[in-house]
Amino acid sequence: MSEMRDFSVFVRPAADGRAAMDLAVEGIHCAACMRAIEKGLAAEPGVTGARVNLANRRVTVEWEPGRVDPGRILDRMDAIGFHAHPFTVGRAEDSERREEKRLLICLAVAGFAAMNIMLLSVSVWAGNVSDITPETRDFFHWLSALIALPAALYAGMPFFESAGRALRQRAVNMDVPISLGVLLALGMSVVETLNHAEHAYFDSAVMLLFFLLVGRYLERAMRRRTRAVATNLAALKAETAVKFVSETEIRTVPVAALAAGDLVLVRPGERIGVDGTVVEGRSEIDASLVTGETRPATVQAGADVYAGTLNLSGTIKVRVHSAEEGTLLAEVQRLLDKAAETRSRHVVLADRAARLYAPVVHLTALLTFLGWIVAGAGWHDALIIAITVLIITCPCALGLAIPAVQVVASGALFRARILINSGDVLERLAEADTIAFDKTGTLTLPEASLLNAGAVEPGLVALAGRLALTSRHPLAAAIVAATGAAEPVPGATEEPGSGVRAVIDGTEAFLGKPEDARLAFEAGAVQQAHPSASLIAIRFGERGAVLAIGQRLRPDAVETVTALQRAGYRVLILSGDHAAAVSEAAASLGVAEHAGGLKPADKIARLEALRAEGRRVMMVGDGLNDAPALAAAHVSLSPIDATHLAQVQADGVFIGAALAPVLAALRIGRRAKRIMIENLWLAVLYNAVAVPIAIAGLVTPLIAALAMSGSSILVTLNALRSGRAA
Amino acid sequence: MNVLVFLVPLALGLGLLGLGAFVWSMKSGQFDDLEGAAHRVLDDEDIGRG
Repeated sequence: MSEMRDFSVFVRPAADGRAAMDLAVEGIHCAACMRAIEKGLAAEPGVTGARVNLANRRVTVEWEPGRVDPGRILDRMDAIGFHAHPFTVGRAEDSERREEKRLLICLAVAGFAAMNIMLLSVSVWAGNVSDITPETRDFFHWLSALIALPAALYAGMPFFESAGRALRQRAVNMDVPISLGVLLALGMSVVETLNHAEHAYFDSAVMLLFFLLVGRYLERAMRRRTRAVATNLAALKAETAVKFVSETEIRTVPVAALAAGDLVLVRPGERIGVDGTVVEGRSEIDASLVTGETRPATVQAGADVYAGTLNLSGTIKVRVHSAEEGTLLAEVQRLLDKAAETRSRHVVLADRAARLYAPVVHLTALLTFLGWIVAGAGWHDALIIAITVLIITCPCALGLAIPAVQVVASGALFRARILINSGDVLERLAEADTIAFDKTGTLTLPEASLLNAGAVEPGLVALAGRLALTSRHPLAAAIVAATGAAEPVPGATEEPGSGVRAVIDGTEAFLGKPEDARLAFEAGAVQQAHPSASLIAIRFGERGAVLAIGQRLRPDAVETVTALQRAGYRVLILSGDHAAAVSEAAASLGVAEHAGGLKPADKIARLEALRAEGRRVMMVGDGLNDAPALAAAHVSLSPIDATHLAQVQADGVFIGAALAPVLAALRIGRRAKRIMIENLWLAVLYNAVAVPIAIAGLVTPLIAALAMSGSSILVTLNALRSGRAA
Repeated sequence: MNVLVFLVPLALGLGLLGLGAFVWSMKSGQFDDLEGAAHRVLDDEDIGRG
């Protein structure tokens, strides 16, 4: 690239006054790659350090400011053989990482305290059945208190904070019974120690926190991992734009560095990276990735263009919009806000369990207390038994029951090439019974391909490929890709708006508009066979043919849709493309319910209608116009090449050309939900056994410890089943 | 039983030492890349320099 490149937006200050930049890098997977990158970058004068992070496929480079141009570092990476993409770590990912570190420290503190207290507790338990003196027991209890009180107050903070937030909003979540159980156990143990009692529950309180923190940490780690992958993918897709820095001077900058009012130049064959208004030039725009419409639209000065659309024929100058200015985007944004409201009605399984669980537990404890008073026990004994009921019912297994399944199942999804945004997506995947597909870019591949290669003389197709090498037109790129041509025709010239012309051994060759190739009549017949295709003609002397170029279905689209229908899902197609193209795709997929020409609001209306029928819809879509529908659907997925807004709204993203991940996602989601419910029942069963013992006043700290760890381990082992291959 | 007066604080001190070491190693970024370290150990180039 010849123009100046400006990557300064990605540079951040580092320690000791150095500058640093984070790069997402494709294809690092071994020690040799790491060494090549780190040594290669360090050899660059001015670079003070480069560090590869293999876990999240990133490189951090530091250099002396002023001595190195960030663009040179990218060139250097290219020379080493890796394609690097700069990015900035989002605020969300940053706070997520801090929160995760805090949980890990809490976990370490709780683990340390649990181990040491257990050491003392086991001595007491053993002593209680042999010959421990009351003084030694008190000493051990006081030592336990010394460790447990500060440790539990520190490590319990995440739960206390969350319980406090819930109570302030007059709601109950799982953290309310947890906090109550822990605090009461600690308080009671201190009082019991003061009374020289035999039993103290410091070990139960701390062990409970330890197990729950494991669940909390797993949940958080999963979220951060998916977010890191999403940031990398966004960086790999990040586009650059050619910006006018003065009247005449242009410079390639990342799209992230553009501001409203900037002028950018878009040449034929380039994807437009911004929303804006055309101020100069005239061209045809392929908006299929944005609106689903496969027919190109003509634009000229004054027309609006959108990020993600492809400039086909002419060079245009575009003035960048501010975010709220774009009419389509503003409409989409308004619909999105509305859609988010309907989504929030869904209640996560864990919260539903908590709503049932917390009142039952507290009521049981209260009834136990009253029961023992009535039965004639002193208030002190009654209170202690009531508190042991609270301790034994503290949702230790319940706290692990769902996060453990989420972590294991999202690992299984990851192997099936699907990334999900949060754990509760699994539950919603399991509930879906209707699948609505967008057509363009979702059922079909995002790139155009040659549809009628078999119907055309092979020699002509090969010639078309060679001629196409001379053109920058996107349709030409599709022909090149289909033929694998590598040898351009010498002397070929491109006439903008018409095609490529050349003379081979005295015979004239032409690739371009059918009218200019005197093939308008044949073009009509081909158009009828492929209603959604763009046509391009090849003529060589007297021989000629019309090639149909259009969006081919994803390689496994037919099998996947058939498999979905066989599995009992209702499948439909909701597309923004024109009706003829939609029914063509629907016919080849065997989908009876389909609709074309839908605007974003129409798609939502369709989803609402399905919801009114009691259907839970999974939406699979990629375009800007799908974003509101993705947000409104019960659950949604996007292919990885979807527009940015669609990906942000979707619950998950699948990678690669195949559509099979959709099927895998549903299957893994169903199994995950089944195991979650099994786990909840296991937790209930545990309570059914342990609670009567506690109510009877027979629970000792030893029984509490065994019951808690036993049920937690059982639930975790059961969760591991959700990771088996789909 | 007087020996407990030494042994218990000693045990606690060792435990705290371990906890401190963990927090230090986490703060210094040793847990940021759990996969890279397994490969870095195979890099022989630093041997020649020593």
